[in-house]
Amino acid sequence: MPSRGALLARRLLADRRAVLGLALLAALFLLAFAGPGLVRWSWTDTDFTAMREPPSSEHWFGTTQSGRDVFALTLRGLQKSLLIGICVAVISTGVAAVVGTVAGYAGGWVDRLLMWGVDLLLVLPAFLVIAVLTPVFRSAWPLLVLLLAAFMWMVTARMVRQMTISLKRREFVLAARYLGVSPPRIVVRHILPHLASLLIIDGTLNVSVAIIAESGLSYFGFGVQPPDISLGTVIADGTAAATTFPWLFGFAAALLVLIVLAVNLVGDGLRDALDPGHRRAPGGGGR
Amino acid sequence: MARFLVRRLLNYVVLVVLAASLAYLLAAATLRPRANFEERSPRPPASVVDAQLTAFNLNDRTPLARRYLTWASGLVRGDLGRTWDGDPVTPELWRRALVSVRLLVLGTVLGGVLGVLVGAFAAVRQYRTSDRLITVGSFAVLSTPVFVLAVLLQIGAERVNEITGVQIFEWVGEYTPGETGGMMGQTGGRLQHLVLPTLTIVLAQVAVFSRYQRHLMLDVIGADFVRTAMARGLTRRRALFTHGLRIALIPVTTYFAYTFGLVLLGAMFTEKIFGWHGMGEWLIDSINRGDVNAVAAVNLFAAVLVLLAGLASDTAHGLLDPRVRAGR
Repeated sequence: MPSRGALLARRLLADRRAVLGLALLAALFLLAFAGPGLVRWSWTDTDFTAMREPPSSEHWFGTTQSGRDVFALTLRGLQKSLLIGICVAVISTGVAAVVGTVAGYAGGWVDRLLMWGVDLLLVLPAFLVIAVLTPVFRSAWPLLVLLLAAFMWMVTARMVRQMTISLKRREFVLAARYLGVSPPRIVVRHILPHLASLLIIDGTLNVSVAIIAESGLSYFGFGVQPPDISLGTVIADGTAAATTFPWLFGFAAALLVLIVLAVNLVGDGLRDALDPGHRRAPGGGGR
Repeated sequence: MARFLVRRLLNYVVLVVLAASLAYLLAAATLRPRANFEERSPRPPASVVDAQLTAFNLNDRTPLARRYLTWASGLVRGDLGRTWDGDPVTPELWRRALVSVRLLVLGTVLGGVLGVLVGAFAAVRQYRTSDRLITVGSFAVLSTPVFVLAVLLQIGAERVNEITGVQIFEWVGEYTPGETGGMMGQTGGRLQHLVLPTLTIVLAQVAVFSRYQRHLMLDVIGADFVRTAMARGLTRRRALFTHGLRIALIPVTTYFAYTFGLVLLGAMFTEKIFGWHGMGEWLIDSINRGDVNAVAAVNLFAAVLVLLAGLASDTAHGLLDPRVRAGR
C-alpha cells in the first residue's frame, strides 16, 4: 500500500521528535559500525603503556585498568546492543503478530491453546529463567536474543488477537471468505495490514525495552558473557569506580541512554503519526 | 463486589501456585548447589556432600519430582526449606523483605502519587511550556536505565558533599555501622542513607506514571461528562479534577499491578548499587551461589506480591467504576 506508506512517512517527517530520533539513530549506527575504523585500537587490544588513563588524543575515551581502549570497547558494546535490540524486537513483534492473528482468526481450541501458552509465559519469572540459563548460552548471544524475545510478545499478542476478532466480522473479510479465499491468505492480505500501525509501534518500542533488558541482565552478569561485551557489561565494569574514574562508566552510559531516547522518540512520533484522532499542536504539525 | 473479588482471588491463587512451582522446578533443575562444596579445599568426600545436600533437599541426584514434592509439602506447612549452608530460609526471607520494604515503600508511594499529579497537570496545560518541559524530562528519565540513573545520582551527591564539605548524602548501606548520637542521630543517619535510593525510585516512577496519566487525562478532557459538569457551572479545573481524574485513574490502577512487578525488578538494581541487603540482592546472590530454596522463596514472594497488587488494583477499579461490581 504505497499511498498509506507515503502518507505515514510524510506525517512522520513533519514530527520534530521523530526526525530528531531518526537522525540520532542514524548517527549511532554510523558511530557503531564506522567508528572502530577511526582508531588503531581494536576492542581486543591491550595497551600496556596506558592503564586507567583519562581520555586523551591517543585513547579518545581513556583506558581501563588493564589497558584496554574504552572507545573501542564501548563501540563494540554499542554494536552488540543495537543488534540485540533490533533482533529481539523483530522476533517478538513477529511472534505476537502470528500468534495473535492465528488465535483470533481460528478461534476454538487453537485459540484456547495459544492463550493458555500466553498465560503460562506471563506467570513464568522471566528474569529467573534467563538468569539460570546463562551458563547454557555462554558466548552464544543469538540464544540470548531468542530468550529475551520469548518473554516480550505476550501482551501484544493479546491485543492483536482482540483486534483480529473484531476485524473478522467486518464486511471485507466476510466477502473474501465467501469468495473462497483461504484463511492464511485472508490473514496476510486483509487482516495484517489493519494491524500494521499497532505492530510498527510495538516493534519500535520493543527495541528500547530489549536494549534495556539486555543491558540490565548483562549488568548482573546474566546476559552477554565475556569475552564478548555489550553496553551493559561495559557499564557494570565501570560502575564501581564511577565517581573516581568517570570515563569508565560515562561514555557507555551516555550511549545507552541516547539509543533508548532515540528509539522512544521515533516510537512516540510514530504513535502520533498513525493515530487518526490525534490532536495537533496549535499552529499545526511539528512547530 | 464481594463475588467479583472472590472469583479474582481464586484465579490469582491458581496463578501463584503455578508460578511458584515453575520457578522451583526451573531453579532446581538448573542451579548446582553441589559446586559450592566441590570448590572447597580440601574437598569434602562425596558421601558427606551427598548426605549434606540430601538433608537440605538440594541433592541433584534425587529425582526432581521427589525434591519438588518435599519442597511443596514443606511449603504447605509454612517451611521454605534451607539455604545451601543450612540456615532456614523463612526467617531470612522476612528479614530481607523488611529491608526492601524500608527501601521501597516511600519511593513507590511518593513516585506514584507525584506521577499522577504531574501527568494530570501536564495534560491540562497541553502544549504549553510546562507540558513540554515535563514531557522532555520524563523522556530523558524513561530512557535512563535504573543502574545508570542511580550512579548518576551518586556522582552528583559526591559533588555536593565535596563542595559543601559536609557528608550530606550517604549511599552505601542502610545505616553507618557504629553510628553514635542516640536515637536522633541514628534516625538522621538512616534518613541520610534513604535519600538517594528513594530519589532514584521516585524519578523512575514519576516518569512512567506521568506519561500514562497525561495520555489518559487527554482522553477525558474532551469527554461529554466533563463538558456537562462545566455547563452546570463548575470551573474547568474543578470539572477536570473531580470528574475527569476519577475516570482517568481507572486504567492506572490496572497498570499499577504491572509496574509493581517492575518496581521489584528495579529493586534489584537499587539494592545492589546502594548496598542494601534486601530481597533483590538476595535473589542475585542466591542465583550466583546456586541456592535453590532461596531462589524459589524469593520468586514465590514476588509472585504473591504481584498478585496482591493485582487484587488491590481490582478493588480500586471496583470502587472507582460501579460497572465492574455488577459482574460483567
